[in-house]
Amino acid sequence: MKIKIVVGTALLGLILFHQVSAQQTSYPSRFGFGRLATTTEIALWDIDVRPDGKGLPAGQGDVLKGKVIYTSKCMACHGNNDTDLSKIKLPAPLLVSDTLAKSRPKAIGNYWPYATTLFDYIRRTMPYNQPGSLTDNEVYSITAYLLYANKIIKQNQFLNAKTLPGIVMPAKKLFIMDDRKGGPEVR
Amino acid sequence: MKVQKKDKQVIKSNKISRRTLLAGMVAAAVLPVNPIFAKHVQTGPHTVPEPPEDPTKTIGPGPSAQGKRSTFEHPIRKFSETSSRSPLQDFHSTITPSDLHYERHHAGVPIIDPQKYELLIHGMVERPMKFTLAELKRFPAVSRICFLECAGNFRGGKEELTPQEILGLTSQSEWTGVMLSTLFREVGADPKALWFLAEGSDAAVMTRSVPVKKAWDDAMIVYAQNGEAIRPEQGYPVRLLLPGWEGNMNIKWLRRIELSDEPYMTREETSKYTYPVKDRIRMFSFEMDARSIITFPSYPQKIMPGWVEIRGIAWSGRGKIEKVEVSTDAGKTWQDARLQDPVLSKAHTYFRHLWQWNGNPTEILSRAVDETGYVQPTLQQLAEARGTAMGGYHMNPITSWQIKTDGSTLFKPE
Repeated sequence: MKIKIVVGTALLGLILFHQVSAQQTSYPSRFGFGRLATTTEIALWDIDVRPDGKGLPAGQGDVLKGKVIYTSKCMACHGNNDTDLSKIKLPAPLLVSDTLAKSRPKAIGNYWPYATTLFDYIRRTMPYNQPGSLTDNEVYSITAYLLYANKIIKQNQFLNAKTLPGIVMPAKKLFIMDDRKGGPEVR
Repeated sequence: MKVQKKDKQVIKSNKISRRTLLAGMVAAAVLPVNPIFAKHVQTGPHTVPEPPEDPTKTIGPGPSAQGKRSTFEHPIRKFSETSSRSPLQDFHSTITPSDLHYERHHAGVPIIDPQKYELLIHGMVERPMKFTLAELKRFPAVSRICFLECAGNFRGGKEELTPQEILGLTSQSEWTGVMLSTLFREVGADPKALWFLAEGSDAAVMTRSVPVKKAWDDAMIVYAQNGEAIRPEQGYPVRLLLPGWEGNMNIKWLRRIELSDEPYMTREETSKYTYPVKDRIRMFSFEMDARSIITFPSYPQKIMPGWVEIRGIAWSGRGKIEKVEVSTDAGKTWQDARLQDPVLSKAHTYFRHLWQWNGNPTEILSRAVDETGYVQPTLQQLAEARGTAMGGYHMNPITSWQIKTDGSTLFKPE
């Protein structure tokens, strides 16, 4: 009985040893490199906004304030209302986005499927010469002004984390996911 | 006569002699604007050694810390404010020299200190983590050769276009880094996560949503390009690499990955990099469709009657190139071109086809077929499938060169 246990334990040890050496030549479940990120570190970089509103900050903005900010911080590049700055490639006219003048205008009103994208994009990149310099309230206000200029919201509508995700963009119904998988058919 | 010839040589090689430079500096000191010298000074104060009559009779310069191209070779990117194009017509094989890799930036090239660099992975994970560059390099490394191509890579409209101008927003490198799946295991990716957001640390803080399945397939976090650290224009110190997928998604200067159960619908995946297909707008076209281009002969080259080796590249974002067909009679008949081994998946594949030109005007074309059976379409086929307002993204039509009686080659705009 005692011998059996000893032999059994030795066998088990041998099997375990084999498993360990096998693991040494393949990937471990974790390497242990890197470190845990702190919530402060994550919050500093986690600026994205999803269509369902996840990521939208506190604060509020309105059309009239947005128009004032637009005039001072955006108009030089993007033009005023529907004034076309078609000769300029990078900066773009307000309602025509930064596309070539010859092609079909891809504007906020006819080509942007989500209003949250406006907030996210303006906050992370604009103004072009001072990216990331706008306050959240300013971004809400510019977003409101652009949506108003595209006849999507009324002049008296306020935008915040609650109201912005609820806005249905006219172009949303046009967007389809690419489902091509290769093969002979040209689509 | 001799002086004239020498002057011509100087301009052609973008070089100036020391004497010219000194004279230019003196003139510039006296006259603020001197157009003759201004043109020279712009090209930089290089010197071209006059080649000896017989190189076997002169000892040349010895070893140096850093090699340079022959002073007789001047491949250059053609650049605008937002992009630069690879000189496809100057390449004899498929690896793009790193300094000639195409560029597309949305707010310039950021300068990032590799000592301070960190990659954050968070969201739907067990352990949100940060990795330094040194830590990323400790993980098991993988190298892979693949192309990168801008989704807007195609330009036509006139006859006087080079391959670089038509299709120069594609390049190929050998990339080295860690598989994204390795990092996803390290942070304990939630099996319910379907997408991840990749974010750059440039002034555009560029973001794209990527299906998580690509991470488990072949996505990589790369820090090396053609054996050395990635070039600043290609994302130094770290970029995302999604083999075969549109260039814009391969986020450069990568600082953050967030796992999520739905896409973020960023500006670049909604109002950009999407295109009208009849009465709808198609989004999330990830794979680059198979295509090819003949890079020789091409504008502004000239051929002579007799044997001509037609050369070019073909590639597909969906796998290997199965075959490339070449037509030398304006598309009436097609022959299989020879493919240069090894034919790699999602990689530029060099093709060659011997042709005896009889001196009659004609058109030469190439079309790629990939391993899914996809055949590179004509522009007309694309227009029939998508409508005439299809825009400029994911356009991969067969391109055609006209050979004139005098051997000159012109692009055929459609």
